[in-house]
Amino acid sequence: MNRRDSIKYIATGTLASGVLLTGCDWAEKEEAVVKSLWKYKYGRTPKEIEYDNHLLSQQFFSQEEMAMIIQLGHFILPANEVGNIEKAEVPDFIEFMAKDFPDFQEPLKEGLTALNQRALTEFNLSFVKAEKKQKQQLIDPIAYPDTVTEEFLQQSEFFTLMRNLVVTGYFTSEVGLKDLGYQGNQPNVWDGVPNDILDEHQMEYDPKWTAHFLDIEKRNDVAQWDDQGNLIS
Amino acid sequence: MYILKTQKKYDVVIVGSGAGGGMATKVLSEAGLKVAVLEAGPHFDPANPDQLTQMKWPYHSPRRGAGTSRTFGDFDMAYGGWDIEGEPYTRAEDTNFDWFRSRMLGGRTNHWGRISLRFGPLDFKSKSRDGVGEDWPIGYDDIKPYYDKVDKLIGVFGSKENIYNEPDGFFLPVPKPRLHELYYKKGAEKAGVKVMPSRMSILTQRINQERGVCFYCNQCNRSCQVYADFSSGSCLIFPAQKSGGKIDLYTDAMVREVTVDGNGKATGVNYIDKKTNLDYSISAKVVVLAASACSSARILLNSKSAAHPNGLGNSSDLIGKYLHDSTGGDRMGFVPNLMSRKIYNEDGVGGMHLYSPWWLDNKKLDFARGYHIEVWGGLGAPSYGFGFDPNYLNSFFGKPVGGYGDSLRQDVKKYYGSLVGMSGRGESIARKENYCEIDPNKKDQWGIPVLRFKYQWSDQELKQAKHMHDTFEEIIVNMGGIPLGEKPGRDKNFGLHTPGRIIHEVGTTRMGDDPKKSVVDRFEKLHDLDNVFVVDAGPFVSQADKNPTWTILALSWRTSDYIVDQFKQQNF
Repeated sequence: MNRRDSIKYIATGTLASGVLLTGCDWAEKEEAVVKSLWKYKYGRTPKEIEYDNHLLSQQFFSQEEMAMIIQLGHFILPANEVGNIEKAEVPDFIEFMAKDFPDFQEPLKEGLTALNQRALTEFNLSFVKAEKKQKQQLIDPIAYPDTVTEEFLQQSEFFTLMRNLVVTGYFTSEVGLKDLGYQGNQPNVWDGVPNDILDEHQMEYDPKWTAHFLDIEKRNDVAQWDDQGNLIS
Repeated sequence: MYILKTQKKYDVVIVGSGAGGGMATKVLSEAGLKVAVLEAGPHFDPANPDQLTQMKWPYHSPRRGAGTSRTFGDFDMAYGGWDIEGEPYTRAEDTNFDWFRSRMLGGRTNHWGRISLRFGPLDFKSKSRDGVGEDWPIGYDDIKPYYDKVDKLIGVFGSKENIYNEPDGFFLPVPKPRLHELYYKKGAEKAGVKVMPSRMSILTQRINQERGVCFYCNQCNRSCQVYADFSSGSCLIFPAQKSGGKIDLYTDAMVREVTVDGNGKATGVNYIDKKTNLDYSISAKVVVLAASACSSARILLNSKSAAHPNGLGNSSDLIGKYLHDSTGGDRMGFVPNLMSRKIYNEDGVGGMHLYSPWWLDNKKLDFARGYHIEVWGGLGAPSYGFGFDPNYLNSFFGKPVGGYGDSLRQDVKKYYGSLVGMSGRGESIARKENYCEIDPNKKDQWGIPVLRFKYQWSDQELKQAKHMHDTFEEIIVNMGGIPLGEKPGRDKNFGLHTPGRIIHEVGTTRMGDDPKKSVVDRFEKLHDLDNVFVVDAGPFVSQADKNPTWTILALSWRTSDYIVDQFKQQNF
């Protein structure tokens, strides 16, 4: 969902963000109820919501620049069976970060402009309209920072920043986490490294430690100790 | 300045709601005393859905958890940071100190590392051992009963090890180590470094019906909604309220000074209500400062009166002096054997499952005090920064770094979980030359004079940091790993973090028997006044190579018992 959609959702009242501030004493005073423009509720203070809203209600990249960012994103991490960078909301993330961390603004804007200029010079086409092969010709000289030539140094730094943001945005998204295979962030009971993995790494649990380990069956028994500090239940 | 008086009169006013203030609130209110608790930030309850960040996904944040808004990232539960708008501090020329403050109920206990270590017998008598610094007036035996009580009240997992200076307690069972931690154990033990299960205040087993049990999300820094980790609000203040304590909680209440009567006896505090910017005064028979070592020092230094022209309790001129933070050095290694790992849920508790306590004898070393080693790594949740330089490890295999496309995607997956890091956290020497004081030229947004810090590491800390880094490299190599980056040399202070960065600042109102050489007595009472106490880490004479919270809690309980006893004897 982009910013314009966010605003639309607010107008229609379907946004999931709840009314802030519960009946705690800090809310009893005349604190204004701040509605978030962001679609997820993630534990913000009223001041933080205002700041997010401030950023979300501005647009930094032009439509043309955004189109380039999307294409660069697809180029850096092509779609696969799990999803793609748009489903991962990478363009929205980059738009947000450019406002949230202003040091990104100049390198990103200038980098996009220079890349587009190279496309026009080389192929008489804007970057967005260039063929995949032509795009590759433009990107190859700037994609490998260790071997880049002097003339492409700045373009390479731009591409590195773009890659950093695209890869970060992708792998922190719902589709990216699935692609990575991340299994956590859910309630569970940790009972150690699975045996097949221990075997694979030729590791084992120190037998001297076994007595200290949690017996997961007993985790809901109320702990009791003897006078020497030995756990007896 | 017009000061509004609150009508209520209290037995005790407690300034600050972190570890020290929370414990004082619980013990004093349960003894039937009427208590006011002042907190400079808003109310916070980890179970409040409007404040909750636990179990959120990285994409729930528009910045994917980046630290541009909150210092340690969007999901970290500290309202504050190194710099707080309107609440500045300054540094004396050529020195550096960073001061982390968390303005919320529970303070920094909402996001802390939960590493809960007792100081050992040697830690209270370090000067007798090595001639450096100062001994505490009390010893391990004085505080042991309180450590025991804190263990049982709050809960801490650990293993009985029978190591003299790492005293055992009343422990809950420990979680099994993660895979990278087993690698660490192998590498460290090969280097002669002791490894043992960590000791953290996280409930691996139930301790009562009010608090839940850990469900292994690895997010203790977000403060636990089922109260399975120690945060001062959820484990001390809320239970004290529920059990009927006479507690009035004043949030967004920024204390300006301790007030005194014509005889120089403390009568309460003046504070600013941040919501209205109005000044209020609260009367109490006893004042307990628990605002954090530097904040409490600031309040005392700003409490000037005819009877106490040098600040309250400052006849020794030592308030603010002997400020010291833990040393800190970190190194990361790449372990090729951990590449292309099978992926499983490795979240575990919020922090390491094992660590290394200080294992050497300083008599054989060129520095005085030790450090412990914390371990990190594993299959953690990606967050902002995850994709930065995603395949720079290719350089170790002669493969191109950078690029794009499916090979880049494969590189990310290949290297996920292959890094292991180590953090040394050690004892620095408390020195009079390191201090905070009032800056005569600067005030905060409410007109309260601010702190100016002066702090420099000595050779002791530098040599210790060098030793850390030598050890880290040896362990990484023993793990079959490659140390990443350059080993920091003398030009980089051997990688020592800026003082303050470990957020263990202590020592500013130090404890002692001699009123000329210390600020508070054995019961954390100001030598100069009979009714003002300091229960944060200010009274620490030295800080050991152990995180201060468990000792803050034990001392605060001990002091609170003393205060109750003095009330019974009608001494206030």
